Amino acid sequence: MKKRILAALMAVVMASAFAGCSGGTENSGGAASGDTIRIGGLAPLTGDASSYGVAVNNGTLLAVEEINANGGIDGKQIEYIYYDEQGDATEAVNAYNRLVQDDQVVAIIGDVTTTPTLAVAQASQQDNIPIISASATAAEVTLTGPNVFRACFTDPFQGQLMASYAWEKLGAQTAAVLYDMADDYSSGIAEAFIAKAEELGLQVVAEESYQGGAADFRSQLTNIKGQNPDVLFLPVYYEDLRLISAQAKEVGVEAQLCGADGWDSVLTDNFDSSVLEGGVFCSQYSTESTDERVQNFISTYKETYDMDPNMFAVLAYDATYMMAQAISDAGSTDSQAIIDAMAALEYDGLTGTMTFDADRNPQKSAVIVAIEGNAYKYVENYDPEQ
Amino acid sequence: MNLISQIFNGLGQGSIYALVALGYSMVYGITQLINFAHGDIIMVGAYTTYVMLILAGAPLWAAVIVSIVFCALVGIVIDQVAYQRLLDKGAPRISLLITAIGVSMFLQNLYQTIFKSDAKSISNVLPSFPIAVGGLSISSVMLITIVVSLVLMGLLQLLVKHTRIGKAMRATSEDAAAAKLMGISPRATIAFTFGIGSALAAVGAVLYCGAYPQITPYMGSMLGLKAFVAAVLGGIGSIPGAMLGGILIGVAESLTTAAGLSQFTDAVVFGILILILLLKPAGLLGKNVKEKV
Amino acid sequence: MEKKTKLIPKGKLVSYGVNLLLLAVVYAAFFALMGAGVINRYTAGIITMMFINIILTVSLNLVSGFLGQLVLGHAGFMSVGAYTAALFTLHSGLPITVAFPVAIVLAGVMAAAFSVIIGVPALRLRGDYLAIITLGFGEIIRVIILALDFTGGAKGLRGIPTILPSGSDATVLTQVKFSYVFWLAAVTVMIIWAFVRSRHGRAVIAIREDEIAAEASGVHTTYYKLLAFIMAAFFAGVAGALYAHHIGVLDPGNFDFNYSVEILLMAVLGGLGSITGSIIAAVVLTILPEALRDFADYRMLIYALILIVVMLFKPSGLMGQREFSLSRLVKRLTAGKGKAKPGKGA
Repeated sequence: MKKRILAALMAVVMASAFAGCSGGTENSGGAASGDTIRIGGLAPLTGDASSYGVAVNNGTLLAVEEINANGGIDGKQIEYIYYDEQGDATEAVNAYNRLVQDDQVVAIIGDVTTTPTLAVAQASQQDNIPIISASATAAEVTLTGPNVFRACFTDPFQGQLMASYAWEKLGAQTAAVLYDMADDYSSGIAEAFIAKAEELGLQVVAEESYQGGAADFRSQLTNIKGQNPDVLFLPVYYEDLRLISAQAKEVGVEAQLCGADGWDSVLTDNFDSSVLEGGVFCSQYSTESTDERVQNFISTYKETYDMDPNMFAVLAYDATYMMAQAISDAGSTDSQAIIDAMAALEYDGLTGTMTFDADRNPQKSAVIVAIEGNAYKYVENYDPEQ
Repeated sequence: MNLISQIFNGLGQGSIYALVALGYSMVYGITQLINFAHGDIIMVGAYTTYVMLILAGAPLWAAVIVSIVFCALVGIVIDQVAYQRLLDKGAPRISLLITAIGVSMFLQNLYQTIFKSDAKSISNVLPSFPIAVGGLSISSVMLITIVVSLVLMGLLQLLVKHTRIGKAMRATSEDAAAAKLMGISPRATIAFTFGIGSALAAVGAVLYCGAYPQITPYMGSMLGLKAFVAAVLGGIGSIPGAMLGGILIGVAESLTTAAGLSQFTDAVVFGILILILLLKPAGLLGKNVKEKV
Repeated sequence: MEKKTKLIPKGKLVSYGVNLLLLAVVYAAFFALMGAGVINRYTAGIITMMFINIILTVSLNLVSGFLGQLVLGHAGFMSVGAYTAALFTLHSGLPITVAFPVAIVLAGVMAAAFSVIIGVPALRLRGDYLAIITLGFGEIIRVIILALDFTGGAKGLRGIPTILPSGSDATVLTQVKFSYVFWLAAVTVMIIWAFVRSRHGRAVIAIREDEIAAEASGVHTTYYKLLAFIMAAFFAGVAGALYAHHIGVLDPGNFDFNYSVEILLMAVLGGLGSITGSIIAAVVLTILPEALRDFADYRMLIYALILIVVMLFKPSGLMGQREFSLSRLVKRLTAGKGKAKPGKGA
């Protein structure tokens, strides 16, 4: 019985040591002069999703620097305070609480992956603080509340888009799908693709799945080959894509390969992309865009961080600018004012011109990119709502 | 036809499990320790191959040799630093197991810190072209995997049955105290066993990379667990058992996927473990050894 | 040690009373601090996780420390509890203030039920095989949750209600959440403590020390192994329920082998066989990641190293198999005969 006293005492000591210090390691970018606007950031800078988190954070930092260099938001400099949520929903909520309560930020850019973003979105309902996620694509994220926005497509959007594209532009009559059933992103897009295909009359002849972490897809691919589809839809991340495409070639699948934005970054790391030749996917932007701003961004990013930007970085850059614009349009740092301004926002960014729909998802056309000769080739902008 | 090619898939995957299972089996036979970190030795082997082939641009044979030697060393070091102390003290099994988990975590996170967690591509380790066998098209990589595994297994069997060190391994495995009395050094024998097991894992890693040209710091974990199941299935301590177990697990996985139940492959493998432990704990080819009071 | 006289019952009563009083004082202190806003949501969040971890660690300690059976699927039971509770509060139609307590009980019961299914076959096996099988079962549970539709599959569960109706005052919510986790942790510790100190607990410890001898002495080993296993699972389920309603979203990938290892780490560091040790370790290892955010990159690496070093040099962990005893501490302090410095029994 006595040990409970110790426990309780320890708890008191620990917690009060805590309550006293809320300092710790906060990171910030941008000036911290008297009249500043504090914006918070959440991203997985360590852990499995760190490559995405680092890209998002870098994109945001770049945008903040630029905005500040150009006079800030209506003359006030942005103070960007960000935390590493380590890819964990609990950490994300902790960090969110810290940003809102200790650091008193007026808006948040984040999170990056679905589960932490959802957790943060739910936690934010108490505060009604405006949040924009650069990259969380699950549909439910923005449905959590009127204060949550995103800069990227949703999973259902991509699935439907690719189904339309396959039907309309690739002239496919039959399709097969291979997706990761343990992954929200992959299965979400696959679901939407199949539903849309059915609607259009595109016949889905094979629906195969695998569990994330699996390395051998030959069994599924053999099944798919047996059905001889025109198109094989692979809404998967690039790591799985590399293995799948190599094995598809081995097994003798002849379908046209297509996918969603998870294909981004597939051409890094000495990957032999001959197995992916001619594959197409929808992306949020194209590296070949003739838009000067895109090219500027790419070169500045490369200079600053010594690596090529990816889709996540670009989206984060746009998201930051969008938030800055909303704050400027609102004319104040009042949460509701910013939210209203954001909802009415019309923004022309690196990823296209966009407005928000009723569910706070951006309306913009997608970019179709093809893999040709070990490079990403811009094909066209595609908007299924023709 | 489809079924046969699915089975061949399973054979290829199974051979890799078999190679890894050998390491588990030997180490368990001699120390009663489930070396959790064994799966991660595969990861070490894969990264070493990556460094040699991609970063250093070395030829394949050099990469393989360096990989084997490095892994054997890592295995021996782990044994001497982490396990031997506890084995000498006669520490309870639970302590050994926890230490093994710690070593596994350590390796995974060490490599993650060094190489970051994103997957690295390691294309074209082995020559890859289809070979026509009967009406089927089989990958050369698969064939190489099966052949190499069989050869190594045969060599290992020779080592254990017909050499002095092999005898020492068998003796220590049966009764370490008696072996010591006969002049065998359990310490050295155990270290040697770890070395051989790890070397085999290194070869397994190269074969794995040939079939699945992508590596991550966590690749060894599930692979190792399934190889352990294979070892138990075949009979811990038995070399042909490890081969049999590996193949069975590989084929079981393939057939599960072929049946459209790919989400259950992991569950099936563990299910097999549970069944075998409940029905025939000594494994298919193992001997029943009663626990003496 | 206390003298065995007729006065024991009264003495024990006094000590129980003192303990309960101290608990109440601590509780009230936290409660007040939260009400005054001194402890904000951020700190409160960490405190909540701390108590959840205490429940997890102490329950694992029961089966891995006192019974001595390494269990590697503890996170699996937690996930069963989490999903059960969340599904209940999401779909029961009852108002949340009623649904939540019910959900907690259901969570524990469901986890216990799973542990029976797993335990009956698994506990027949020897230590290392048992460990692997519990790992396997943990993975199987994860796969089943992924494969089922009503658990949300890969999407997991979201929008899990907060434990007070939405629109409630934030501070009150924090206080209520704290109350739940604090008292549930206290109850968990009390029950396990009482169990371990009873003859049942002695039977369990006897099994750990020498199972064959225990069996030969008439201890019903299967019964006690299963009992300890079920109790541990029950509390893990309760912890899961609390976790689900704290974070509000459930991702099936969360409750994997790595999570089980993190809980094991806490139990090992604190000392397998010491409840006090588990509590201390849980507290420290919940707070440490927050305090060491700078080193987040190396956190798991450092944990792994610590685990290895502890197992090599002090396998009994911080407290070994000893508990902190206030009376012992007081005695040593007042003994004054130049005795060695009183530690925390370590």
